[in-house]
Amino acid sequence: MKSEGVLHRLGRSEAASGLAMISPTAIYAILLLGAPLALIFLYSFMTDGYLEIIRTFTFANYIEAWTNELYRVVMLRSLFVSMTVTAVTVLLAFPVAYFVSFHVDPSRKSLWLFLITIPFWTSYLIRVFLWKVILGYNGVVNSGLLGLGIISEPLQWINYNVGAVVVTLAHAYAPFAILPIFVALEKIDRSLLEAGQDLGESRFMTFLRVTLPLAMPGVIASVLIVFIPTIGDFVTPQLVGGPEGRMVANLIQLQYLKLDNYPLGSAIAVSAMMIVTVVSLVFLYLNRRYLRGPGA
Amino acid sequence: MKGGWFKVYALAYLLFLYAPIILLPMFAFNDATVIAFPLSGFSTKWFVALADDPPLHIAVKNSLIIAVTTAILSTTLAVFAARASTRYRFPAKAGLMGLIMLPLVLPEIIVAVSLLSVLLMIGLELSIFTVILGHVLVCTPFCIAILSSAFQSLDRSLEEAAYDLGETSFSTFRLIILPLVMPGIISSLLISFTISLDEFIIAFFLAGTQATLPVYIFSQFRFPQAVPVIMALGTILVCLSILLLSIAEFFRRRGLARSGAKDTGGFL
Repeated sequence: MKSEGVLHRLGRSEAASGLAMISPTAIYAILLLGAPLALIFLYSFMTDGYLEIIRTFTFANYIEAWTNELYRVVMLRSLFVSMTVTAVTVLLAFPVAYFVSFHVDPSRKSLWLFLITIPFWTSYLIRVFLWKVILGYNGVVNSGLLGLGIISEPLQWINYNVGAVVVTLAHAYAPFAILPIFVALEKIDRSLLEAGQDLGESRFMTFLRVTLPLAMPGVIASVLIVFIPTIGDFVTPQLVGGPEGRMVANLIQLQYLKLDNYPLGSAIAVSAMMIVTVVSLVFLYLNRRYLRGPGA
Repeated sequence: MKGGWFKVYALAYLLFLYAPIILLPMFAFNDATVIAFPLSGFSTKWFVALADDPPLHIAVKNSLIIAVTTAILSTTLAVFAARASTRYRFPAKAGLMGLIMLPLVLPEIIVAVSLLSVLLMIGLELSIFTVILGHVLVCTPFCIAILSSAFQSLDRSLEEAAYDLGETSFSTFRLIILPLVMPGIISSLLISFTISLDEFIIAFFLAGTQATLPVYIFSQFRFPQAVPVIMALGTILVCLSILLLSIAEFFRRRGLARSGAKDTGGFL
């Protein structure tokens, strides 16, 4: 009787209701995301055999992924590209977020945000392909500059290389960078800025000493939300990168779909994720003072 | 002028964001086979060519089946998660929500290869169905983001009033909560439909022989003569997504207005 009462109470408790409510989604995520991630982690320690995966524990895939010149170059390039893209994207995005938060009439803010997000949702593949058209040998930039007589032959260095990958990715992830910064700026109490100026700081110094530190949580969120997915981008390096612009996702795809070497592909994927995690954690650690709550 | 230089910069930035979308119709209506300037003349022949392309039609059909199913499934899963996370406190909440939201930042290729490994291990044949499994995974976090704000702005006292008036928790959900979050649900359906329709990498890995629209488009990029047709197709797709997103935005705002919340703007 008593245990039935406990069960009954447990069944009605907030914790049980919450767990029951979230269970369909959580089970889906555990089965189709958690378990698969665990599986590729296991694969990365196995050996590729003909038609099957040999289940003996080995570090050989990691040794191969980290020491083979080919893989190491691509890995370092991916890291370099995503860091550059992150820096470019966040620096270019900050003034836009600042403008929308501080200078746009409140009733028109959501229109601006809507305009900023639209390109992000529209046909990613075709947008990337159009950057190839814009930066290509006979592309918009080259034919424009030729037409204006600024250059006498098409520029070669703007297409099929790492630079083209950076431009295209910076374009693709722009809204991702703007929104978190905007949200952080919106939260800033405007009277703090007035106080700064009343106390004799210039507008610029107020920005540096009040606005920027308060906006840092948004900037940090932007950095992570751009940095983490870009390192694994497949389409952009494939379409606009050329042989010199291949990134880690192209390597993973090659191992999985062309060479059918799941263990090595998994080791590369896990290594890439480890690098991303370590870099993100270091970045968070360096910026820890901005992330503490007020008064801490 | 208010924020003079900032405004100039922001407008230039918008131009940068829209540059590819502005170019798209120019090439779609251009007479030449080569995608380059100068334009040679107006033509609608690339749009006409779309009508006579059976593999494209199959890909469109596959994509629509996937997108509709994904939209319904991911919105349903997101309703549970958003309701649970905004209404209840329970153990392992942060961990479970973290796992569910993980695809938002996880590179899609990681999701794709890990799902591929599992599906092949349990011997499931790659098809439209396996693409749906992957798409639901990546769409759900976006749906949760939309629905959480809808659930968050709900007034708890409305719910309590319904209980006091003798409604059960299920009838309260159906009669009070559901109508209030309905605009959020519609917005979530439209957004997940748009994401699924546009998603490439997961479909590329998991579709097997049943190509989706983006997989078909990607395969066509190898043939230069096929590209103008793809530009025409892209123009139609861009118009369609802008239309869907505008409707989604309309419902999102109406939902916020209905529950009396302040508009903080944006889907994310």
